[in-house]
Amino acid sequence: MKADVMVIGAGPAGLSAATEAARHGLKVMLLDEQASPGGQIYRALARNTPPPAGAPDILGEDYWRGRPLLDAIDQAAVEYVPGATVWTAETDPLTVGYLKDERSFLRAARSLIIATGAYERPVPVPGWTLPGVMSAGAAQILMKAGGAALNGRIVLAGSGPLLQLVTCQLLKSGAEIAGLLETTTTKDYLAAARHLPRALRARDLLRKGLEMRRTIKASGIRVHKGVTNLQCHGKETVDGISFESRGKPDRIEADLVLLHEGVVPHVQMSRLLDLSHEWFEPQRYWRPVVDEWGETSAKGVFIAGDGAGIDGARAAEASGRLAALQAAAQLGALPNAERDEQAGAAFAQKAKEQRIRPLLDHLYRPPAHIVCPEDPSTIVCRCEEVCVRDIHACMETGCDGPNQLKAYSRCGMGPCQGRMCGLTVSELMAKQRGVTPDEVGYYRIRTPIKPIPLSALAAMEADEEVVAS
Amino acid sequence: MRTGASSNSARYDVIVIGAGIQGLSSALQLALRGRRVLVIEKDGPGRHASGVNAGGVRSLWRHPAEIPLARASLEIWRNIEKLLGTDCRYHSNGSLRIAESDHDMARLDERVAELAGLGYEHEEILGQNALRALVPDVAAHCRGGLYSRDEGSASPFHATWGFFERAQSEGVTFLIGNPVSRIERVGAVWRVHAGANRVEADVLINCAGAWGGELARMIGDDVPLEMEAPTMMVTQRVPRFLGPVCGVVSRKLSFKQTGDGTVLIGGGHRGFVDRDAEIATPDPRKLALSARTVSDVFPMMRDVPIARTWCGIEGMTPDHLPVIGPSVAAQDAFHAFGFSAHGFALGPIVGCIIADLVTKGDAELPVAPFAADRF
Repeated sequence: MKADVMVIGAGPAGLSAATEAARHGLKVMLLDEQASPGGQIYRALARNTPPPAGAPDILGEDYWRGRPLLDAIDQAAVEYVPGATVWTAETDPLTVGYLKDERSFLRAARSLIIATGAYERPVPVPGWTLPGVMSAGAAQILMKAGGAALNGRIVLAGSGPLLQLVTCQLLKSGAEIAGLLETTTTKDYLAAARHLPRALRARDLLRKGLEMRRTIKASGIRVHKGVTNLQCHGKETVDGISFESRGKPDRIEADLVLLHEGVVPHVQMSRLLDLSHEWFEPQRYWRPVVDEWGETSAKGVFIAGDGAGIDGARAAEASGRLAALQAAAQLGALPNAERDEQAGAAFAQKAKEQRIRPLLDHLYRPPAHIVCPEDPSTIVCRCEEVCVRDIHACMETGCDGPNQLKAYSRCGMGPCQGRMCGLTVSELMAKQRGVTPDEVGYYRIRTPIKPIPLSALAAMEADEEVVAS
Repeated sequence: MRTGASSNSARYDVIVIGAGIQGLSSALQLALRGRRVLVIEKDGPGRHASGVNAGGVRSLWRHPAEIPLARASLEIWRNIEKLLGTDCRYHSNGSLRIAESDHDMARLDERVAELAGLGYEHEEILGQNALRALVPDVAAHCRGGLYSRDEGSASPFHATWGFFERAQSEGVTFLIGNPVSRIERVGAVWRVHAGANRVEADVLINCAGAWGGELARMIGDDVPLEMEAPTMMVTQRVPRFLGPVCGVVSRKLSFKQTGDGTVLIGGGHRGFVDRDAEIATPDPRKLALSARTVSDVFPMMRDVPIARTWCGIEGMTPDHLPVIGPSVAAQDAFHAFGFSAHGFALGPIVGCIIADLVTKGDAELPVAPFAADRF
């Protein structure tokens, strides 16, 4: 049966989009890869409970704030499919293929809202593939999933609000933090300063940020600023991290290194659908081009939440609602005048959340030495173990685009479909050619965007509306 | 894209249109025979079918007219590193056609008898035990197969790119990223307009693949050609289990394990072609069909994840044989296109044939069945 609105992803954007669309009497299907709703930010929220009064609240109030979204989706007339991995999609006709319980399905829809969010920017420093080195977000997932404390000496390195948040969460959990290495430079602070006035109008968010900084300072942990030349060391597993702080070489012994340089939109789905993208220079990532409702270059295809550019969970919730309202209007379930009336609060909410973004985007700009690694032996593509040196060698022969590189070196051909190396490859090729990453372009993304077992593909069930070719 | 020395108006002995394997091989062979050659390419070397096909280097099960070419090409493939100076990942693990029924086995008998009549002995019938000895993981219902042991497969991108690099080092000039907009005959000279460039040569070669029909029309030849997009898929790496490149007699399948352990699955299921954007995308329903064939014939593949799928744009003639030889309407013009999704293996020999036609006016191998005026 054809869905009116198909929503992919049950984070804040997807949950609010599905709830809103259902409110207008539309037949809504919500696909999500996780076993329970919440996305990354509210991961496992349904299973967790706030700590009793007096006990430390490791995950913090922003996490528990997701509860109403979960309650709403429970009440809504939405066909929610957890454990569904989307592996393909087409725009004409609008079709989504997903994998669930070892079978594949091909479903037709009238509107598609992609709410697949963001993921952490890969941090390709020497040694980043050693066991014991992971992203700060991965450490947070462990805390949300098990509530377990992370053991051993932990070093956090990089920049961005999530790095600060995870540092604070680890402090509250009683973890042993051996150091916080911030790659943010004085120059970044100066560049960000002119965005402060606007950010002052988002006092809540600014207050939280300053509170985190105070917590970190008060904890007395070792903090290094203006860090460059990060290198993780170890034989079997990581045993330390070396770096330069304001020009001075240093090294800290560590059992666990958490790297983070901000988050970037997930563009696998929007690339697969060949939607228009634009390069966002301050944070050096691509984002799909969308209008005020989140509609993309393909009619009836929307991006809600961080997948269209990083604005955070509260803005994502608002953008999910906006996309659903516009979809409802396009499908004839809501007159335009009512759509506009109902959209007012969501537009206001989104604008409020966006006020702090220019400050954050400039303060936490990913450093050039991270996005474009110079050490020839640094691994770029983890799946196929392709390093900086291999990419340069390939360019020597005349390969100068990511797709040729793929065919030549297998870079980006592994199971992650280039998620972990795509940005780095475009940056490296751009630097070598003296052009912008936008000119170099990105990998062509192919079906399946997530690997699918052959037997599941063989046992495919397709909607009648999915017209055979 | 790096190009050789390009110029806005220049004169060559030969202009080759298309930098797929046929065009690059032709350009290389002409350069080796002392000709000044320019290759015009609208996208990039090996951008379409040549760079993304299944990589089969096969004479097995080919139309009898193609067998002499395929066998001669094999000789070149065996020493391809010597010709190109790069590793094209050529492996001689044999090709196999699997029979799933008595009816299939009967077709194999007919085939072997037909070839014997033509004097060929390279295709041999395997019974069930011999099949299982060669491919232990084949499904129990498979009855036997047809096997050609002295052939195999190569990496299409590496081979095509190898021809590109070697042609450059032999002095071939490249005009890349320039689609041909107009072709004029000025006296005894070909004048070709490509992008902002106007170039001239005595001889014109059309190796434009799926766009070969359009190019042929520009010089007055009407060759029917359909644009199609055969689909490929590739799995994640699995431990080595398969030697030969496998096909199935009565179903669409091409199946082989590459040097890095991934399994490449093709067979000619058609994807969607966007003619204007010149991109092709796989049809999920056809992927499912292909997956069913694989899980029937190689049940051990069922749990293996598919990592990627893609299509290449290819030109198909009505009889699925290529067009190789002189233009019908024009002097000093030759075609080599329309290979109908099985031209990669022929690439090395087609270059020699074209070079012979240009320099000697004749080819050593029989090319009459591929004449442009046969339709």
